[in-house]
Amino acid sequence: MNFDLTNDQKMLQDQVKKFADSVLAPVAPDIDKSAEFPRDNIKKMAELGLLGIIVPEEYGGAGFDYISLAIAIEEISRACASTGVIVAVNNSLVGYPIMQFGSEELKKKYLPLLCKGEKLGAFGLTESNAGSDVAALETTARLDGDHYILNGTKRFITNAGEAGIYVVFAYTNKELKHKGISAFIVERDTPGFSLGKHEDLMGIRATANCELIFEDVKIPKENLLGKEGGGFKICMNTLDVSRIDIGAQAVGIAQSALDEAVRYSKERKAFGQPICNFEMVQSMLAEMATEIQAARMLVYFAGYCKNKGMARFSLESAMAKYYASSICVDVARKAVQIHGGYGYTKDYPIERIYRDAKILELYEGTSEIQKIVIARELVR
Amino acid sequence: MILDEKHKEFRKMVKEFADKEIAPRAKELDMNSEFPWNLVKRMAELKLLALYVPKEYGGAGLDVLSYAIAVEEIGRVCGSTGIFLAAHSSLGVYPVYHSGTEEQKQKYLIPMARGEKLGSFGLTEPNAGSDAAATQTTAKLVNDKYIVNGTKRFITSGSIADIIVFTATKDPSLGYKGISAFIVEKGTPGFSPGKDEDKLGLRGSITSELIFEDCKIPKENLLGKEGEGFKVFMGTLDGGRISIGALALGIAQGALDASVKFVNENKKSGRPMKKMQSIQSRIAEMATEVEAARLLIYQAAMLKDNDLPFIKESAMAKYYASTIGTKACDMALTIHGMLGLTNEYSVERFLRDEKLMEIGEGTSEIQKIVIARQILGK
Amino acid sequence: MDIIVCIKRVAQTAEAEVKIDSSGKDIIKDRLTFDMNESDTYALEEAILLKEKFGGTLTAVSLGTVEAEDTLRIALAKGADSAIRIKAEDFQELDGYKTAQLLKAAIKDLKFDVVFTGCIATDDYYSLVGVTLAELLGVPHATLVTKIVIQDTKAQVHRELEGGLVEHLEMTLPVLFTIQTGINEPRYASLIAIRRAAKKEIKVIGASEIDPANIQANASLEELFTPSVGKRAEILTGSMDEISAKVAGIIKEKGLL
Repeated sequence: MNFDLTNDQKMLQDQVKKFADSVLAPVAPDIDKSAEFPRDNIKKMAELGLLGIIVPEEYGGAGFDYISLAIAIEEISRACASTGVIVAVNNSLVGYPIMQFGSEELKKKYLPLLCKGEKLGAFGLTESNAGSDVAALETTARLDGDHYILNGTKRFITNAGEAGIYVVFAYTNKELKHKGISAFIVERDTPGFSLGKHEDLMGIRATANCELIFEDVKIPKENLLGKEGGGFKICMNTLDVSRIDIGAQAVGIAQSALDEAVRYSKERKAFGQPICNFEMVQSMLAEMATEIQAARMLVYFAGYCKNKGMARFSLESAMAKYYASSICVDVARKAVQIHGGYGYTKDYPIERIYRDAKILELYEGTSEIQKIVIARELVR
Repeated sequence: MILDEKHKEFRKMVKEFADKEIAPRAKELDMNSEFPWNLVKRMAELKLLALYVPKEYGGAGLDVLSYAIAVEEIGRVCGSTGIFLAAHSSLGVYPVYHSGTEEQKQKYLIPMARGEKLGSFGLTEPNAGSDAAATQTTAKLVNDKYIVNGTKRFITSGSIADIIVFTATKDPSLGYKGISAFIVEKGTPGFSPGKDEDKLGLRGSITSELIFEDCKIPKENLLGKEGEGFKVFMGTLDGGRISIGALALGIAQGALDASVKFVNENKKSGRPMKKMQSIQSRIAEMATEVEAARLLIYQAAMLKDNDLPFIKESAMAKYYASTIGTKACDMALTIHGMLGLTNEYSVERFLRDEKLMEIGEGTSEIQKIVIARQILGK
Repeated sequence: MDIIVCIKRVAQTAEAEVKIDSSGKDIIKDRLTFDMNESDTYALEEAILLKEKFGGTLTAVSLGTVEAEDTLRIALAKGADSAIRIKAEDFQELDGYKTAQLLKAAIKDLKFDVVFTGCIATDDYYSLVGVTLAELLGVPHATLVTKIVIQDTKAQVHRELEGGLVEHLEMTLPVLFTIQTGINEPRYASLIAIRRAAKKEIKVIGASEIDPANIQANASLEELFTPSVGKRAEILTGSMDEISAKVAGIIKEKGLL
């Protein structure tokens, strides 16, 4: 592993950073307040190629590697956590499984739409009673001639309210347990498919997080992703990739918290001097910076494993996601602490950052699930 | 962890040596407070004592990354042997290699690199640890010789070293600016080791006082320029942090390995420990933090190898590895339960050895100040 | 239309704590970040817009160390066709005059209708290279340009003046413009363009192409230093009335009234 970024990674970082600072950051407080999906900015990002970072050029993507994906998500999330997760979902939870497991027809049909932002993607896995425990899914898909008939409800689905393409998991054969789960591509305007309630979230509020309701939804047979019964494998493989993203998102949010804390500690005076002169504050800043750098290394390392084509890198991606999200919450907490009472007000961005951080420990596998994955890889 | 082939091969070699020759002796070295003379000889034969020093000066001609790997692998089985290697290479060899004149390199670096003579570094004093500007040992130039007076304390390998780099001031009131670095040889009249410390851990390594009483040191033994001792020791410590970080990492890996083995082999209340989520949670935290520490250390080593700025990164690596290392050893002990407290298992030794990493070569608090200054741009 | 744009990679010193190195002639750069000089990004964008309108070639040139290639590659990703780096390491004591001579030597064999530079570099604040380069190339120039409209060989040019005035000039190509910030909205390179640019070769020229002996400086840097802090400001405290009285007293005392 080389710790130097390649030329294209450096340039990507430079341009995404500038874009994020001047286009995404200024609206972050507003879309947090209004919970309004940042459509205009998503369109701009589509033009830059940020919605299909890892998708090959022939399918309309930018053809970058997984470390680049992490770099881009980190920079976007540093400026706006909501936008970070919107882009992450489009890239790794929807673009990735289609590009990895889709038939040539599905790839040609859906990937260019996703990459150009003409239709956004959403990932329908979680249900009210099935989160980390995927086998508890209740949504079913029954084969009926040339179609599958889909029934069930999905919950906590990022991008749901704005998406056009949904990767949805359902049982095609409940008796087979894991091996009876299949993945489908569902289009937004399919009859019987509607949106349920829009979640009012504590953080990442602008992500159009909604319920998906399927009532006898007819899906063409060719929209089965991979093989029938192959859904669990697709899901696990996709989550391995998306954990790189979520780790990167955590690193980006943590970095923004550190940046805010550094800025504030230089401005704010107490006892006649800037508070950054106090060793108590320096100690917190140093812990934060060190943990962020360690998390970034773990995220890059997971990306590196994927780049190398390692078949299994659950250990590395779970470590990256678990660690980055844990320190993200902790770093945000310390940053609020450094801001004192002001950190509790909406006058400073740290209040939003603190709220945005928490979900990182929860979605795409809680920290507890990540630790089970890690431990299983070690204690066999 | 994925390294290039060259470094992978190197790791394999050191790992084999550590497992076969060092591991079987670690317990007795600790119990008997015995310095591993024959292992030092073996490390010299394997050219492990000056890995990043060019071959023409008796080194292995490799890089800092290889050195970090070696300290890590040895630390994994024996902290005492690890700290000897770290002190000899980073604190004895490095300042002479980096700041020495050609004559000094010929005279001192080559025998140290070959392991014919052992090196040590006398910076700390009873009242000057992290605050090196408080150095009280004086060196006054009289007729072409420096007359040195003072006492150094907590000096790794101090009483057994043949060549000691140390700092002394022209005048304590000058602070940093008065400090110069010197080389003293064992046996120089007026220079004698004081007592060896009886320590919590790293008991197979030697930690000594050094006493200077009107000790005369030839002028040519000044290392670097007069008044620039600060530069010499700061450069030495920046690099030394990588090796202490690597040692902390190695010990933490040892504790993790021991825990994985223990968990795989044992049951608790009739259930296999490996199936218990409370155990899995601990193993996962340890493993994740150990991997993160490894990446920080390798990053710092590679930056140094490429002559890029690495002060912040080496402080991060040392601070982080020692913090999570102590935590990992503590968890390992908890996982072992009462058995962990006995010397039937090595985890209690790991914990005792690891604790020094948070203290030696700049405490965690000092590392954090270094890091904070770097990010605050001060 | 053939266009050349000169860009500089500069340290971002606005918010950083800048320290002088042991030579006394340079700053410590270890922890500084570097980027394309601000007005150069606008010059580059203006050049790309012209090229998109009229076709032709766009060459980006930079005098700098190997890191300047990162900056040139960004120019390639945004729309330049080719890039040239002049090896700064081959030439000592680079003042504005010397820089302009080197740029001239690098582009003298290229065809051009317009040469762009930024109006000022944010590291040394000379505002000298563009104008000097125009003189050396023997073409007219306009500085602090805020609008350009080109038709055939004529350019209608706006320049920003003090006091909110604008000067409208007509100029004949070939010409050199130094560009003011805000003239346009610099774009971001797309990801695909970045990947293509990463593979492009950058032409590097140095002492073997340009004899350093033929390039003379006008000034040599003696020393960089931080001026010693002057007398501290006096902070007046008290109620509004008390402060007013104190201010009046000071003004009288100093004979300013």
